[in-house]
Amino acid sequence: MKAFKALLSRELGRVQLGAGGLSVLFFLTVVVLLPLGIGPRDDLLQQIAPGILWIAVLLASLLGLESMFREDFENGSLEAMATSAFPLEAIVLAKCLAHWLACLLPLAVLSVPCGLLLYLSVSESIGIAIAMLLGTPAFSLLGSIGAALTLDARRGNLLALLLVLPLSMPPLIFGVLASGGKGSASGLLLGIGLSLGALAIAPFLSSAILWTRLRA
Amino acid sequence: MTPLMNHYAHPTHFMRISSIVLPWLAVASVVALAVALYVSLFVAPGDYRQGQAARIMFLHVPAAWLALGGYVAIAIASATGWIWKRPLADVAARAIAPTGACFTLIVLLTGSLWGKPMWGSWWVWDARLTSVAILLLLYLGYIALWNAIEEPTLAARAAGALALIGVVNVPIIHFSVSWWNTLHQPASVLRLDGPTIHPTLLLPLLLMFAALSLLMVAITLARMRLEILRRRTRMLRLRSAQT
Repeated sequence: MKAFKALLSRELGRVQLGAGGLSVLFFLTVVVLLPLGIGPRDDLLQQIAPGILWIAVLLASLLGLESMFREDFENGSLEAMATSAFPLEAIVLAKCLAHWLACLLPLAVLSVPCGLLLYLSVSESIGIAIAMLLGTPAFSLLGSIGAALTLDARRGNLLALLLVLPLSMPPLIFGVLASGGKGSASGLLLGIGLSLGALAIAPFLSSAILWTRLRA
Repeated sequence: MTPLMNHYAHPTHFMRISSIVLPWLAVASVVALAVALYVSLFVAPGDYRQGQAARIMFLHVPAAWLALGGYVAIAIASATGWIWKRPLADVAARAIAPTGACFTLIVLLTGSLWGKPMWGSWWVWDARLTSVAILLLLYLGYIALWNAIEEPTLAARAAGALALIGVVNVPIIHFSVSWWNTLHQPASVLRLDGPTIHPTLLLPLLLMFAALSLLMVAITLARMRLEILRRRTRMLRLRSAQT
């Protein structure tokens, strides 16, 4: 547990902080650009706001994926960590948690003021934030699979995007569904289910993929 | 793994046997395709409401089965390659992918050709259509991952992991996109209470499925041979570079 905390704070401070700032900037840019592109019509913006906020979060989550394993792999610290007594699965989990805390948690909080900017009511905006808090862990966890797969691939960053996007479709759909309107309760439950399912599978799969690289 | 399978999983045996089988398979698939095309274009009756356009179904539906089946086959081959460490299985998985992607593209294209006169639009954001479009993305990602990693065994592990997570995801993706209202007609062949489709229409459908399956197996075998030869030249180059 102590090692996990140390690893988490290392990841947060050294690796993911820059990506977190970038994703916040990206998110705010999308929210500001949207009315400029669509026009300041309140009924239209209100209607598309949940979908746009979720798409912005999904794309922002991809920004931090490259820093998840690549630098540690290239300078050898991933190998050093993997050969320690600490299991690689827990290392992956810590990296996913750091990615979520730095890149996605701020966006879930920011979606409340951003929802207000897009003419949503306070309760609707908070509903979106709650749906994001519970649904976006799936993005970090699925993203770790994409990051592990493209570790030393040519143009790995772009490839990770292509690999992760189809897998992220279900969390996106249920997330938007959970963000208000009819069926939001079942959408929320399904979103939580996907997050938990990803939590059960992704750390093991990612570390299995990482092992094939570390042994080579 | 039985000893018999071990024997045939060896690349040298595979090359010998496939060189004998492949020409016959190619001829058989061309003949089967000609017969299936003739039956579906001239023998089968046109639909009384949809007219001649309904014949697109004879290509569309078997292609859809093979597009999905190809992805499942990739996953099975990848799992075999990973668990029993058989490079030939990885070679097979890689060889299936382009054909499967082509069939997925054929499904989308024939579907939209049929959709324009029948539904009045080339594309509808319906659950099945969207699932197939995402399946095409999965195929493309799988092929791109193979091409992006130089070392074949590493590429095989990575692509195999992707295929396995993808095949788990296909039902989830399909379920999630089903939340939209669907315009697509419900399944009419693969049903528990037997096919509801008329036998005169079922015959060309099954003939085309058999023909396309033969074609897919033939192309896969040819691609596997190509990949094995490519690996051998790679090894020879590496060896000559070392000396």
